[in-house]
Amino acid sequence: MRLFSSERGVHPPDGKHFTANKKIETIMPKVGQLLYFPTSQHAGTPTEPIVAVGDYVKVGQKICDSDAKITSPVFSSVSGVVKAIKPVLLPAGNLSNAVIIENDGKFEKSEEIGKPYDYTKMTKEEIVDVIKKMGIVGLGGAGFPTYAKINPPADKKIDYYIVNGAECEPYLTTDDRMMIEHSDSLIRGILIFQKMYPDAKALIGIEDNKPTAIEVMRKAAEGYDKIEVVPVKTMYPQGGDKQLLRTLTGRTFPITNPPSRTPDTGCIVNNVVTIMAIDKALNEGEPFLKRVITVTGDAVKNPGNYEVCLGTTYQDLIDAIGGFKAEPKKFIAGGPMMGFSMYTLDVATIKTSSGLICLTEAECENPKESNCIRCGKCTEHCPLNLAPYALNQYALRGDAESFVANNGMFCIECGTCSYTCPSKRQLTQSISAMKRTESAKRKRR
Amino acid sequence: MENKNLITVSCTPHMRSKITVNKIMLDVIISLVPAAIMGIYFFGFGAIKVILLSVISAVFFEYVFQKATKRDVTINDLSAVVTGLLLAYNLPSTAPFWMPIVGSFVAIILAKQLFGGIGQNFINPALAGRAFLLASYPAEMTNWVAPGWGVDAVTTPTPLAALKQGVDLVSASGNVISATPGKEDIINALTGNIGGCIGETCAIALLIGGLYLIYKKVINIKMPLIYIVTVFILTGILGRETGRFPLYEILTGGVMLGAFFMITDYTTSPMTPKGQIIFALGCGIITSLIRIYGSYPEGVSYSILIMNLFVPIIDRYTKPVIIGEARK
Repeated sequence: MRLFSSERGVHPPDGKHFTANKKIETIMPKVGQLLYFPTSQHAGTPTEPIVAVGDYVKVGQKICDSDAKITSPVFSSVSGVVKAIKPVLLPAGNLSNAVIIENDGKFEKSEEIGKPYDYTKMTKEEIVDVIKKMGIVGLGGAGFPTYAKINPPADKKIDYYIVNGAECEPYLTTDDRMMIEHSDSLIRGILIFQKMYPDAKALIGIEDNKPTAIEVMRKAAEGYDKIEVVPVKTMYPQGGDKQLLRTLTGRTFPITNPPSRTPDTGCIVNNVVTIMAIDKALNEGEPFLKRVITVTGDAVKNPGNYEVCLGTTYQDLIDAIGGFKAEPKKFIAGGPMMGFSMYTLDVATIKTSSGLICLTEAECENPKESNCIRCGKCTEHCPLNLAPYALNQYALRGDAESFVANNGMFCIECGTCSYTCPSKRQLTQSISAMKRTESAKRKRR
Repeated sequence: MENKNLITVSCTPHMRSKITVNKIMLDVIISLVPAAIMGIYFFGFGAIKVILLSVISAVFFEYVFQKATKRDVTINDLSAVVTGLLLAYNLPSTAPFWMPIVGSFVAIILAKQLFGGIGQNFINPALAGRAFLLASYPAEMTNWVAPGWGVDAVTTPTPLAALKQGVDLVSASGNVISATPGKEDIINALTGNIGGCIGETCAIALLIGGLYLIYKKVINIKMPLIYIVTVFILTGILGRETGRFPLYEILTGGVMLGAFFMITDYTTSPMTPKGQIIFALGCGIITSLIRIYGSYPEGVSYSILIMNLFVPIIDRYTKPVIIGEARK
């Protein structure tokens, strides 16, 4: 067994044992339940609703679209009548316009879906077009539209396809379960990619705390000499695209201005669930309608991995699986390291929702900040070898020039520095805030 | 408006490691215990008195200053206890009762709190206290006694004083402190059966404490190792008039205390991995130069204080390079 490791990172308690052995259960929305489809479920330009209040929509019908360069259409996961179009909360806490549909319980399928494509007879451009049309975005959490990611300029030679099954976020077991239960779909998705890039070798990177997934994927990859399963050392943030790329290929992501993209290193990185969605889009002709969400945390009665129709609110999901066993004090959409803290569960699940963690008061840590003792742990563990203590200082005193000069804009906001800080300083918080301010300034220019 | 059902909202990450400043300081205190036991074993009641006075006054000054300036009282982080202990370890057991108190005042108020408290001081507080006392009260600070619980303390020269002067020195009770140390002298230095400050004489106890800190990942072995090896090599090459005794040099005069507990101080050492190498190397070079060419016999504390002043500039020129930048 090859055990790769990147030398930086931390080892938070992983908490995956609560849900790692729970089979994926499908939760179907009830008759009369309202489903919310925000127009902005991805990184890029928000879409516009193409249906009106009162319209009847079917499962798989496109309800939002846009002509922008980087965007991704939204589909209805139920059939029913459009009740309203109004702004709703997103997990990240911002507002987005949304199409609200009342489920009629019939799940009447749109004529547009269910027509498989024969990708073996299609060109690369045609495949990319289908992926775009089917609304597939990066499902690991970033939500960058997949068609843009897998279609770099023609002069970039792609020799590795990095299949990201690391799932380094503690508590989440979505990718793990998907690999165990749908390994064949993952392999089919990789084959589609290899049709587009025949020279690319697929490396499936899985953290070694998921031995079952490694075993299952190894078996599934048998007989394909261009697909290899590579166990990687369990370490946060091993599953960051650039981190995994470096671990698997030894290639370093160049820091340039303007920022380079992963294809510059000859690699394309996709999350395992994204690749399964590509398989579904081409081989079954189905757009992205459902996804698996890990619901866990010490407040949840029945932690597990649940497949939901996108648009279901977290509240409806929690109600459907038996609610809480203790009073929840904190809701996290995503993982505990990078997920968003929400003040309500009346938030719709969107394409990038990978987890819901509900914590009781005992698990809510809110430590007080004290003086930096200059121990250097933040810079020792930073996956990018930045100096978070210095960036934090620049951010706090609003010194944008020094912040940029010291590569603050390249921070991936993984949270490793805040995690490891003995003085419990909110390093990630101030650095992220400074990044936002600075990018907003640049946009205005 | 009190609503007990409010949901907590916070920025990422939602998990924090269990390491706290308090736990780190507790580990440092634990690691200093063996040296305290040996110091008390060899120097008796005087050592207990100095250690207690130093620790209590350090905590007291921190508390009073923070109360007086209406700041959060941070004595619970235990850093004042560490400073008090380290100051005591750098004093002779014969020190009059007011000396540890004056030293703690300089360490806690002048060196630490006036610059903003924990993490903000630019020189090691304990060493600042020691340097102040050594400059102000040289006689009291060098009143060494031979190890022993006797009622009448026997004054004795320190091993490095003998090396420095190049002649064998004789203690008040007639023991010879050799200028050309042999096997027996090295064993005495290892166990701490020599004259010197309370906490610096027993090399083995300090090594045990240092290894504990390394095991607990409070410190990295890099800095102590570089420092000790530098002193070993430089004193070995340059030598004294009477000969070369590199092993004896690193076991005496506080090299072990400095290596594991002083140069590794988070606040007053560089934060960057490369900077730490430069810092430890610099301390080693200055220690060796002071010992061989300077007028002080030991030089550990001054070398560290001097290098403390270079920390900001070292940090500045050894900024970590972001991964990927080299390819630009």
